[in-house]
Amino acid sequence: MMYGYEWDTTTWLTYTISILPIILIGLTVTLKAAAAGFAIALVLGLVFALLRRSQVKLISWTTAFIVEFLRDTPLLVQLFFLYYVLPNFGIVMPAFLTGALALGLQYAAYTSEVYRGGIEAVHHGQWEAATALNLTRLQTYRDIVIPQAVPRIVPAMGNYLVAMIKETPVLSVITVLEMMGLANMIGERTFEYLVPLTLVGLIFLLLTLICSAGLHRLQKALPKAGIPLR
Amino acid sequence: MNEKTDTPLIEFSDVTKRFGILTVLDQFSFSVAKGEKVTLIGPSGSGKSTVLRILMTLEPFQEGRLTLDGMSYHEPGVGGRFQASEKHLRQIRNHVGMVFQSFNLFPHMTVLRNIVEAPIRVLGMARAEAEARAIELLQMVGLADKKDHYPVQLSGGQQQRVAIARAMAMRPRVLLFDEPTSALDPQLVGEVLSVIRDLAHEHDLTMLLVTHEMRFAREVSDRVCFFDKGRICEQGAPEAILGAPKNERTREFLSSILS
Repeated sequence: MMYGYEWDTTTWLTYTISILPIILIGLTVTLKAAAAGFAIALVLGLVFALLRRSQVKLISWTTAFIVEFLRDTPLLVQLFFLYYVLPNFGIVMPAFLTGALALGLQYAAYTSEVYRGGIEAVHHGQWEAATALNLTRLQTYRDIVIPQAVPRIVPAMGNYLVAMIKETPVLSVITVLEMMGLANMIGERTFEYLVPLTLVGLIFLLLTLICSAGLHRLQKALPKAGIPLR
Repeated sequence: MNEKTDTPLIEFSDVTKRFGILTVLDQFSFSVAKGEKVTLIGPSGSGKSTVLRILMTLEPFQEGRLTLDGMSYHEPGVGGRFQASEKHLRQIRNHVGMVFQSFNLFPHMTVLRNIVEAPIRVLGMARAEAEARAIELLQMVGLADKKDHYPVQLSGGQQQRVAIARAMAMRPRVLLFDEPTSALDPQLVGEVLSVIRDLAHEHDLTMLLVTHEMRFAREVSDRVCFFDKGRICEQGAPEAILGAPKNERTREFLSSILS
């Protein structure tokens, strides 16, 4: 029994039906973690990309170092560090927040490279025209460069979203009870792993298929020349 | 040309510009009076486009002094000797506009939005006022009916006319044309030149034009300067330079371009 639900392991069908409510509770946690992590990655990735392009060497080098560090260390290590080591320095965060933050940080490092590629692909003539019209650097990024970069970065961003969704089970190691962690617990208690794990696998498959289809539509809907942000 | 005013609006004194080990402008001195229309001609790599790009603050330079209406392009005490803050450069840019060889319209914006963007964002103009003025400018370049089109829907000549309207919307005192017709199909050159010709009648507007259209240069400019190897070899009234050049290099260049 878990969360007040009894499990009936007589057949695979009754077993599936009896564990489904719990797995769906886990699904909401999975979705929340992925959404929060991706939101952090989208915003912070852009910040990293812009800082890395700063004309002040100290800023661009520091940012490059941080991005490389985040990319080149395992998510699992980062999670353990944030959850089990930081409290030693007086920083205690709830498990879910820690998980979302770790996902967001690591994926921000990936998305910053996507942003950087998208921004660099915008023709330098656009920068020159913006300068000739006396737009500030910030206005040039916001109104000219980033709107043109958006259609180019959507496909790669979509890949990272799908990858991140599939990576959420790793949060179970810091006690976030998402879908995979719950399935594992059910298996530990009933000694029947096949059904819960298959169910979770199928739900992940469904999730990523929906995401891919949505992204494909978004990609088609976006004008290739870019979208004015305001 | 000198009857227009006494003090020059633009003054290069001994400006040296290097790209790495390549010296593009070598102790370059040059001045332009207010309202003057000057055409820069010469072989590619002779530094004429660089003069425009330096004036537009798109390129820094290493030595010498450049002023626009008395304002130096370098700010004393900022960084090295030949530097200026972004704030200072923006003050200079307020007076200068540029039309590029490759048009450089913003592809994600309509024609109208391309024109009103900077007046609204930079000059703080009200949208209604900016749009009214943009329509006027579009009428001037003969494209008022295209205001809701995107650049990709226009021909090269039309795009360049929009780019001219966009530059004029910022009310520049100096307008720079960097080979404005070089990227165009021959049959589209005329429509762009006729717009530039109209602008040349504006008494107060100072124009610097880099072009290979010699007949046009003769028609619109007060002065023609022949560039070679980062210096002006010969300059003077268009009839003199294009009709009876004294310098050997000028003669060679003109005969090569006319043949």
